[in-house]
Amino acid sequence: MPLLEIKNLHASIGDKPILKGINLTINPSEIHAIMGPNGSGKSTLSYVLAGRDGYEVTDGDICLDGQSVLEMEADERARAGLFLAFQYPVELPGVGGMSFLRGAVNARRIEARLDEIDQIAFVKTVREAAAKLGIKDDMLKRAVNVGFSGGEKKRYEILQMALLEPRMAILDETDSGLDVDALRIVSEGVNALKTDDIGVLVITHYQRLLDYIIPDHVHILADGKIVKSGDKTLALEVEKTGYGGFIDAA
Amino acid sequence: MSATAETVRQVEEATGKYKYGFVTDIEVDKAPKGLNEDTIRMISAKKEEPEWMLEWRLKAYQVWLKMDDPDWAMLHYPPIDYQDIHYYAAPKMAEQPKSLDEVDPELLRTYEKLGIPLHEQEMLAGVAVDAVFDSVSVATTFREKLAESGVIFCPISEAIRTHPELVKAYIGSVVPQGDNYFAALNSAVFTDGSFVYIPKGVRCPMELSTYFRINEQNTGQFERTLIIAEEGSYVSYLEGCTAPQRDENQLHAAVVELVTMDDAEIKYSTVQNWYPGDENGKGGIYNFVTKRGACRGARSKISWTQVETGSAITWKYPSCILQGDGSVGEFYSVAVTNNAQQADTGTKMIHIGANTTSTIISKGISAGRSNNTYRGLVKMMPGAENARNFTQCDSLLVGDQCGAHTVPYITSRNPSAKVEHEATTSRISEDQLFYCLQRGMATEEAVSLIVNGFCKEVMKELPMEFAVEAQKLIGISLEGSVG
Repeated sequence: MPLLEIKNLHASIGDKPILKGINLTINPSEIHAIMGPNGSGKSTLSYVLAGRDGYEVTDGDICLDGQSVLEMEADERARAGLFLAFQYPVELPGVGGMSFLRGAVNARRIEARLDEIDQIAFVKTVREAAAKLGIKDDMLKRAVNVGFSGGEKKRYEILQMALLEPRMAILDETDSGLDVDALRIVSEGVNALKTDDIGVLVITHYQRLLDYIIPDHVHILADGKIVKSGDKTLALEVEKTGYGGFIDAA
Repeated sequence: MSATAETVRQVEEATGKYKYGFVTDIEVDKAPKGLNEDTIRMISAKKEEPEWMLEWRLKAYQVWLKMDDPDWAMLHYPPIDYQDIHYYAAPKMAEQPKSLDEVDPELLRTYEKLGIPLHEQEMLAGVAVDAVFDSVSVATTFREKLAESGVIFCPISEAIRTHPELVKAYIGSVVPQGDNYFAALNSAVFTDGSFVYIPKGVRCPMELSTYFRINEQNTGQFERTLIIAEEGSYVSYLEGCTAPQRDENQLHAAVVELVTMDDAEIKYSTVQNWYPGDENGKGGIYNFVTKRGACRGARSKISWTQVETGSAITWKYPSCILQGDGSVGEFYSVAVTNNAQQADTGTKMIHIGANTTSTIISKGISAGRSNNTYRGLVKMMPGAENARNFTQCDSLLVGDQCGAHTVPYITSRNPSAKVEHEATTSRISEDQLFYCLQRGMATEEAVSLIVNGFCKEVMKELPMEFAVEAQKLIGISLEGSVG
């Protein structure tokens, strides 16, 4: 069964249609990349999939594990295994990293009718996962994303992904604001989390992230529609020729 | 479900979430409604007070009669009919119980339900409690243990009889009878409260705590607390309050006076959770409280920490008079208002001595249709050489029908004094909420997390076991406020 199925998805912000009929099927263990110029609807797609308020689905459907998620709130979708790594991770002043991470993990556990996680064991788990991503202990003690550099914020997103073990991970412009070293660490982090069960959707403007996270399928998004799909060579083609030719095709 | 429908559902659910709203069915001995000299004489007689105390009360009453209800606060409420209130209500007891075994089991059950077991063996280790029920103190725990170190912790009505010299010397010395309308009223009719005396050089071996409970209908609670910390002593004192859920408003007008001598420190923490009224603003406590501390001695310190989540109306400005050179005043406050609640709260820091310092951290959270005002005064007197104040007032708005107001007054009459004021107003952003939701947290959990983060600087000032309670309380107070 497909992990994520997007069927003829139309979505608007207010009266303005942004997504105009997207079809996409992601199977377990597949990595898909969506590329597109600014304004093509990339971020809207990630928000619509995650169920953010203010984005209205006007037609079509989104199914996770064969179940439509349209009637589910953002938190329910998250607990069902949908994870979004944010393009701009949000600062939560005063909210300690550990209590935030624990709150997120426990929300999943309660849904799965498991006991809340043991506090001491959890700290150990977090530290180990953080070390792999080059996140220092000191950062875990700070308030969530407050005073983090761009690179630190992105690593922190991947740390959350590691702890939450999603079924379907959406990475929204995870490469933006990263230097080459950070890009490598973050990508290695994502690759390490990839198993046969998980699906990954990488949303990006540039090809360079796809040198590190190798996609099985690449789709070009323009004006709210997928105008071309192919394998990883499609990304290289975009790199060479730009989006111009694809937009004309739309 | 649409966001609006979700909010409506949550608000409906939140109704009746006040878990302390039950009534204790107990026989009471109560004064007839109304306020006059006879009422005062009756209270004084019930408490078997000496003549000087009665005179002091009657003088306060005369002062009160000539005063007007203050109208400068940003609060709206119908005039209070002072003749429609019982000024004394006490559970019927043969006489003052000498030990917990003599206390009416119904009362002990009440406190157990409130999470304040009074049997010493069941109590929070290291916290002594004075339990005040309507107009009387029903039990004070760990008194013998405290007496070993010379600490006096007893109902003030008892202290008036047993330690008249101390009470006489200090009562009204920080908050005089005519200080303000509600303080004058309290001075005339106060019924019970706690008295604490920490002798020279003693660090109080446990946290002291008073738990105030209003039970009777149409009854006001007028408690008075007096804490004296002699040279080099230290005490941490906690105060908690709840009341049954009733349709009519009830009046609570307390006075708290603190005095610190050289190098002494009082840490006073409050978790105020009086019944706030229903979602339409029906019922709830009118909370008019005068709290003031005098740092009389050099290098002495008074620190107020308050978490205010209850009451229909809160009018309260815990203050410090920094007389002693190098004395320190602190005010840490979280005030949460939801539905139709109104809070006008803040502090006054009066710098008199040289090198005095004060810190004010105020966090106001408004939700629903509520109004939340910070009102504060920082005054540098001519003698306040090199005095300093730092004030930070942050307001957080939840929803778009509430109000947050900041009214700071600053007076400096000493050119070497420094006063800093920072203020911010923000909203819980959609981005923050969505970020938490995307990690799987439910809306209410997310709001509670974000708001507690906002209040963190204040919460960390609370003693550990109360901080946990206060965090939960803030979450509960805001239930249904976001959709």
